[in-house]
Amino acid sequence: MVAGDLDGRIFDAVNKVLLGVFMVIILVPLWNVIISSSSSGRALAEGGFIFWPKEFSLENYRAVFNDSSIGQSFLVSVAKTFIGVITHVFFCAMIGYGLSKQYIRGRKLYVAMGVITMFFSGGMIPTYLLIKSLGLLNTFWVYIIPALFSYYDVVILMNFFRNVPDSLEESAKIDGAGDWHIFLKIFIPLSMPAMATIALFNGVGQWNDFMTTKLYVTNQALYPLQMKLYEIIVQSQTQSMQNIGGSVVIETTTKGVQLATIVITTLPIVAMYPLLQRYFISGMMVGAVKE
Amino acid sequence: MGQRFKEFVTDYKRQWEIQSMVLPGVIFMIIFCYIPIYGLTIAFKNYTVIDTLSSAPWVGLDNFRIIMSDEYFWDAVINTLGISFLKLGIGFIIPIILAIMIYELNMGRFKKFVQTISYLPHFLSWIVLGGMLITWFSTSGLFNELLLSLGLISKPANILLDAGKYWWIATLSDIWKEAGWGTILYLAIMAKIDPTYYEAARIDGASRIRQIWNITLPNMKAIISLNLILTVSGLLGSNLDQTLVLMNSQNREKAEVINSYVYRMGMTQGDFSYATAVGLGVSIVSVILLVAANSVTRKLNDNQSVL
Repeated sequence: MVAGDLDGRIFDAVNKVLLGVFMVIILVPLWNVIISSSSSGRALAEGGFIFWPKEFSLENYRAVFNDSSIGQSFLVSVAKTFIGVITHVFFCAMIGYGLSKQYIRGRKLYVAMGVITMFFSGGMIPTYLLIKSLGLLNTFWVYIIPALFSYYDVVILMNFFRNVPDSLEESAKIDGAGDWHIFLKIFIPLSMPAMATIALFNGVGQWNDFMTTKLYVTNQALYPLQMKLYEIIVQSQTQSMQNIGGSVVIETTTKGVQLATIVITTLPIVAMYPLLQRYFISGMMVGAVKE
Repeated sequence: MGQRFKEFVTDYKRQWEIQSMVLPGVIFMIIFCYIPIYGLTIAFKNYTVIDTLSSAPWVGLDNFRIIMSDEYFWDAVINTLGISFLKLGIGFIIPIILAIMIYELNMGRFKKFVQTISYLPHFLSWIVLGGMLITWFSTSGLFNELLLSLGLISKPANILLDAGKYWWIATLSDIWKEAGWGTILYLAIMAKIDPTYYEAARIDGASRIRQIWNITLPNMKAIISLNLILTVSGLLGSNLDQTLVLMNSQNREKAEVINSYVYRMGMTQGDFSYATAVGLGVSIVSVILLVAANSVTRKLNDNQSVL
């Protein structure tokens, strides 16, 4: 018994130390980005610091905020995330509600169509040609319309709606309410937790999405933060290639701007993180144990 | 037929209100999912910018024949497989080990802290993480500073410019980002294991390692198999965002993967038919991998299919 205890204590200690190392591996690089973003360009070029900024300075942030195109990108990101999430959740909820009714005509066909979309797609080029022929290239709507629907989310909402007691619907029907009325006034308010989960996942996706812009948008006025950041990264990469062995001044200024943009791009996600955390685990579970 | 169709129409009209909720979804799927699937036919055509989908001439398997002798394509295949197998070999096991370690923690607050922090990187986009990696690996960045101060290197070097190390950078950065997130499902499954198994094992004098080996792991067999099937079927579709942000002129030969090759051929060089053919080939191989992985794991799981 005592031997077993000792064995257990060694196990616990080793376990804690290893997980502690894991925490350091995640936190130190993130912390390093934050302190680097608030260091002066000269300190960034020289290096020599890991945990504390060598020359504290907000010049990088000033440079970012003085660049009006970054402000514009921030607005695009906010607008596409906000509008995208609301329309996506409503669209999926509407379809999920319809499909949650077993009696609906054509249900089998609709479900089969939906399941096929989970496994097959046309891929990059046929989708690009479609978006092009629909006239969505270089419009704000390319962020919203193709992202309206996801059969995964439909399934999650459908299962949620199914668990709402039938009696609620029946009594409303007796009072003369139509399907739309029941959906909007009874089911939507009752399904807020499920919809919040989907909204948060979808919101992170919209905020982080960069391929949509890369593929379909060339108009700089429609660039979200992620694309703006990508441009800054590519620019600084080419500069540093050209500057190998040469002057490093330009490189470090862009590097500082790059770091400050990284922090600003990530801030909204980190600010939402406490909220996210509450919902995402339940969301993962609903997503995993469907059917 | 006439009778049944009439019935359908009457029912449909009667259900019009609820049907009106489903109809937009059906229209969406036809336009945004099924038209592109039909669009895959351009892989068998010679599509140029002046053509429409229907006017482009059929060329049969010509595009696929060219793929076979395209050395850049095969380089991309080798890189995709190399990176994917590293990700599979290391990245698949780490979340399992991590989940067990977190599960074995008995301090509530430290456990919560570990979970919160380990999920965090998942929420960073690849563009943000790419930017961070470029900073960490730059000659005056964190990585070189650490190695210098530990005395492991004498001169800083940017390993992102070193093609030979790219596979490892791609793999390890992916693990850094997703390992914690990967534990969620495993932790949920472990929470359902009957605690009396552990009590019985303790009375029999089983060590903690022994308990993990004989109780925890067997209970996770089904979910691990399911995850393995999904990972294997996605083997050829390695991360496009990651590649686009980390690839540069110095590491291109080792960084180009099939997805980025499709992007380059199609979107930047405008060879739509060829790029679609590459994409279609990859999808077909992925479906084959999915079926194969499913039948292998079915054998391992006493003929119970996990899919």
